[in-house]
Amino acid sequence: MLKIEDLVVAYGGIEALKGISLHVEAGKIITLVGANGAGKSTTLRTVMGLVKPVSGRVLFQGRDLLAEKTHQLAKLHITLVPEGRRIFPKLTVMENLRIGAFCRQDEKEIQRDLEWVFSLFPILKERSWQLAGTLSGGEQQMLAVGRALMSRPQLLMMDEPSLGLAPLLVKEIFRIIKEINQQGVTILLIEQNANAALQIADRGYVMETGRIVLSGTGRELLANPEVKAAYLGKKRSG
Amino acid sequence: MAFDLFLQHLSNGISLGSLYALIAIGYTMVYGILRLINFAHGDIFMMATYFAFFGIVTFHIPWYITFPLVLVLTAALGIGVEATAYRPLREAPKISILISAIGASFFLENLTIVLFGGVPKPFPAPKLFTDVVQVGSVSIQKLTFYIPVVTVISLLGLVYLINKTKTGMAMRAVSMDQETARVMGININHTIAFTFGLGSFLAAVGGIMWGMKFPQIQPLMGVIPGLKCFIAAVIGGIGNIGGAVIGGFILGIGEIMLVAFLPNLTGYRDAFAFILLILILLYKPTGILGEKTAEKV
Repeated sequence: MLKIEDLVVAYGGIEALKGISLHVEAGKIITLVGANGAGKSTTLRTVMGLVKPVSGRVLFQGRDLLAEKTHQLAKLHITLVPEGRRIFPKLTVMENLRIGAFCRQDEKEIQRDLEWVFSLFPILKERSWQLAGTLSGGEQQMLAVGRALMSRPQLLMMDEPSLGLAPLLVKEIFRIIKEINQQGVTILLIEQNANAALQIADRGYVMETGRIVLSGTGRELLANPEVKAAYLGKKRSG
Repeated sequence: MAFDLFLQHLSNGISLGSLYALIAIGYTMVYGILRLINFAHGDIFMMATYFAFFGIVTFHIPWYITFPLVLVLTAALGIGVEATAYRPLREAPKISILISAIGASFFLENLTIVLFGGVPKPFPAPKLFTDVVQVGSVSIQKLTFYIPVVTVISLLGLVYLINKTKTGMAMRAVSMDQETARVMGININHTIAFTFGLGSFLAAVGGIMWGMKFPQIQPLMGVIPGLKCFIAAVIGGIGNIGGAVIGGFILGIGEIMLVAFLPNLTGYRDAFAFILLILILLYKPTGILGEKTAEKV
């Protein structure tokens, strides 16, 4: 579905991505794990057209995404849950959800998706008239995910959805990611919480300083001693 | 001072304040979305009066066709200024855009001088609006009543547009977070252009009524009202539309009352706005309705 080939991205001469390639298969959950500054967010931002690469290709269902403008991606049903949620604080919860469906005209289907989002996150229904800025951090994260779902994405990219959330909420968010995936949405997930991400991922890529150093199924990577030592906080066991 | 005389001053102040409010909204909307003071705004207002002059005097188009035409043309001019002076500098440092704004302002002023001459022209105000009516012992131009009415209708339309339509929602979203707005599928260039068009449209509404109230137009007539309305926007809290309206009325009513109650300070009429600006900047820099905003990095 999404193919990234030899992607090189530089910020003012410093290479943030040094030629990465990865493949996101339709219907799967793919995760990128790695430390801060490994280039995970840059990868997603480049796919979204928010950062211009030096070289490389990004193909979505065979279409060259680097030729598309950011605002056109929503029409291709690609969306991003940005790092730090980035909800619109002075719009109501309902308006935030509506803006997720900005490119869509099918009012009937929009209503159905609203019901779907409310069934995933009942709290958003209760708060639909509140300004989004008044929500708690966890609620804002739910809103950011709900907003992304309102575009009816085929490919949903998420940048650190668990960041800053209480452990119980982290569990809840991962459960919901899995549920969204089961409804047919392909997910590209970035996480520092490598353990939780690899648990639900069909395939994982490990990034270090702008390179992909390891890849495999979620289970393989969870069992990999290097991954365990570096990202899962477990002792190397031979 | 007699009560009816006071009422006359008050109605004058309200109509001047209405005009300030209409123009101030343009500053505040553009600031809200681009964090930029559109210094050409006062000159766009000036151009509106010239459009009306040419429509009615040169081309003999009846006023009821000319005025709507002026609104459309002025909105187009605003969009044109944005596309040529600001859009190419979207990624440039703030100071470059500011310089470009000042440049756009000078360009419009001098273009008007070259094309239409620096000699003031009489604004062709339809008699319907400039007729004088007798209220008790005071005589008031009909215009003085029409201006606030037109302003209120314009404001209601604006509030509806911004709060109840998809375009308005996009404007608000872009003003909060451009990058995320793009991810949501909003074309920010279109949204910004629309904002300029809308602001210029309101400036044209103000310009037409200004021309009828002060029926002499000249290429630099936008400078002082432009500055004052910018001040009105700052007083109300720049970026806040309600604030711009409040600021406009404070300035308009204050100015008229100053002249009415302290006639020997009449010469300081224009200074009043600037003194108010200094006081606001000293004691409440965010303006009346402004909120503290953390500077985004």
